[in-house]
Amino acid sequence: MSEQVKTQVNSLEIGRNRTKFRWKFTKGNDFVIGAAIPIIILAIWQIVGQLNIVSPIFLPTPTAILQTFGDLIASNELGVHLGVSIRRALIGFLVGGSLGLLFGLLTGFSYKAQYVLDPTVQLLRMMPGLALAPLIILWFGFGEVSKIVIIAEGAFYPLYLNTFMGIRNVDNKLIEVSKVLEFNRAKTIFNLILPSALPNILLGLRLSLAISWLGLVVAELLGSTAGIGFLINLGKQNSVTEYIFVGIIIFAVFGKLVDSFVRILERKLLSWRDSYQG
Amino acid sequence: MSNSIVSINQLSKTFHTNKDQVQALRNINLDIQEGEFITVIGPSGCGKSTLLKIIAGLDLDYQGEFLLEGKNVKGPGIDKGYIFQEPRLFPWLNVERNIAADLNIRDPKVREKVDELINLVKLTGFEKSYPRELSGGMAQRVAIARALLRNPKVLLLDEPFGALDAFTRAHMQEVLLDIWKKNKTTMIFVTHDIDEAVFLGNRIVILKPRPGSIQDIVPVVLPIPRKKTSESFQEIRLQVVNEFEKIEALQSAF
Repeated sequence: MSEQVKTQVNSLEIGRNRTKFRWKFTKGNDFVIGAAIPIIILAIWQIVGQLNIVSPIFLPTPTAILQTFGDLIASNELGVHLGVSIRRALIGFLVGGSLGLLFGLLTGFSYKAQYVLDPTVQLLRMMPGLALAPLIILWFGFGEVSKIVIIAEGAFYPLYLNTFMGIRNVDNKLIEVSKVLEFNRAKTIFNLILPSALPNILLGLRLSLAISWLGLVVAELLGSTAGIGFLINLGKQNSVTEYIFVGIIIFAVFGKLVDSFVRILERKLLSWRDSYQG
Repeated sequence: MSNSIVSINQLSKTFHTNKDQVQALRNINLDIQEGEFITVIGPSGCGKSTLLKIIAGLDLDYQGEFLLEGKNVKGPGIDKGYIFQEPRLFPWLNVERNIAADLNIRDPKVREKVDELINLVKLTGFEKSYPRELSGGMAQRVAIARALLRNPKVLLLDEPFGALDAFTRAHMQEVLLDIWKKNKTTMIFVTHDIDEAVFLGNRIVILKPRPGSIQDIVPVVLPIPRKKTSESFQEIRLQVVNEFEKIEALQSAF
């Protein structure tokens, strides 16, 4: 680089530094940046509560919620309720998700299966879960089974739809390559179609897990004797608003944790993808 | 002929659309000897890719006779290696696994051949790279290695370097000639670049469009490596250009 150009570049850089504060997104401080808005909201919330502007029955302060949170952990109540909820969501997800995957594979690979099954599935999909819940309770009672059926029903569709779509979106150009290279049927499925459909299947997995967690709320709020949803109902009936908040926070935090887990899985399995990373 | 690897007699191909039909190829006669390097050139729409697809067994709907080693071709297969315009690699596999494709890379026999081919297509050091990390030329070399691993009787190339820049293209031509000299694989190379056709081919098949038929076959008796600036090279180039002008005159007469 010639001297002249060098000084020009230097002066440009100085100019930029002077006039503009630049965000630096590094590993350490992206957490700080992401947490900024929640922290500001919490601070305002606490002040509003402490100044008695809003009744604590309507809106308990963050510190009061934290206090209840600690009490619930100390008495192991929270652990028990959380355990019950996780078990329900997991079983519901496993049942609904694996059926979704299975049917998705079936309709994806066979257009005959598609013609037979898909219209029915699409019709059922349009029935809102909340509307079906009374019927499911009528059929399966108030016990565990009805809750798992409600969750499974929700978990079925995302995996079904995305698996089907993933298989049908396989690049025909690669199918042509597999013919030229004489892949047999098994190799075509396992070495071409499934890896190619994996991004969609993982997306389906992520959505199914999220729906299972949301379906859990519906199932537990409709009537249960344990679980995070029960805790929320308990808070509502006894006007202990803190319980409602603790329940909501637990739902949010666990939902996020599960989602993060699948995203890590995605990053590991799909590192070959060449797409816009932002 | 007994030792011709590809023999095409009176081959015609018609595309049927909803209402009318378009003749893509008419009365193609071509005999290709083992180890030849044939380049096929012609203006767009002359059916050169159609001809290649028929030889590959990707298109079985034609009239006339086409024999590969004296036998009818019933479908695509590894004996007819095919290089598409785009590399068409499996994006989730690294270079060595892309070359192995459906074969097991852990099999010592496969491993050995893959390593040999990586060396041949000059990709040493990129064995573990993924397609997204490769340049267009490198990716196309992986595709060539993938086809060669299967010991094809004939390698069919459909404008494989069309999307590459001039420098990479020249380099790829050298690499391909190098492979041809070492492996003696019969090559059928479709292109629309006259220089490329003269630089690579033993014989240049010139096709004319509407319907696609052979205008002329120009033999290239030049030693390899060829120099694109040499007088003898330019002479053959001119011959091909002349044929093109004849085609153009014929077309504009309509």
